[in-house]
Amino acid sequence: MITLEHYLTVAAALFVIGVFGIFLNRKNVIVILMSIELMLLAVNINFVAFSHFLQDLAGQVFTLFVLTVAAAEAAIGLAILVCFFRNRGTIAVEDANVMKG
Amino acid sequence: MTPALFAFHAFSAAAVGGGLMTVLARHPVHSVLWLILAFLSSAGLFVLAGAEFVAMLLIVVYVGAVAVLFLFVVMMLDVDFAELKAEMAKFLPLGLLIGVILLMELALVFGVWSGAEGAVDSRAAPTPDPAETANTEALGALIYTRYIYPFQAAGLILLVAMIGAIVLTLRHRTGVKRQDVIAQMHRNPAEAVELKDVKPGQGL
Repeated sequence: MITLEHYLTVAAALFVIGVFGIFLNRKNVIVILMSIELMLLAVNINFVAFSHFLQDLAGQVFTLFVLTVAAAEAAIGLAILVCFFRNRGTIAVEDANVMKG
Repeated sequence: MTPALFAFHAFSAAAVGGGLMTVLARHPVHSVLWLILAFLSSAGLFVLAGAEFVAMLLIVVYVGAVAVLFLFVVMMLDVDFAELKAEMAKFLPLGLLIGVILLMELALVFGVWSGAEGAVDSRAAPTPDPAETANTEALGALIYTRYIYPFQAAGLILLVAMIGAIVLTLRHRTGVKRQDVIAQMHRNPAEAVELKDVKPGQGL
């Protein structure tokens, strides 16, 4: 019998792995973007699990929207990355201090 | 152990393992491939939860589009990844610390939470019987009626993202020779050919 806790455990593990990945790959912005995708996937698993166990379809609708935003975020992030690489010749995000922010 | 539970454990192990290897892999190409594994097994988890449409969407959108985009960018950029990985050990303790703290915070909630009293009554859209209405059909009936405005807004977000990505990566190079078809077609012999009367023994 699969319970809600099963799904929540997997989602929590994936979310923590995503956070861990951001700290581990501080310089490599490509892997940071992938870690963000993992975190959004964990959120999606939570949405679908609650949707299933509460028998409420609205959770799956919101999964759809999270998916949309994640795809848009990946596209824009990678476009900025390509732009940054053309200008600086590196993707090390620690060098991204041109604006002195 | 029922087959469904066995499948759940297999898929979740693959998802978590894939996620972990995404973060730890040496080369970003390997990271992308592990990410694909994590997404595919999550799609399996979604199918087990009866959300077939979202599972297929995960495969089409994430594996088909986003992961391929990542792969494309990783292969297009000529980056020395070994150099970027060199300082990974430096950040390992901090990352582990934050990960463990976050995991403990999530574990504190584990087992002691309970649903709100009126949660079942206040559902936004109760799932129809899967035997009568398929998941995709029920989701479609919901998206195109009650959630039509958020759905349109999601389309707008994708449009803006598409325009933004094109604007960011489009590059006009100067000094590149291009074929100008209109100019070619409007040439005529009178202006294209010039006759010169060259006298014998002399150059132009």
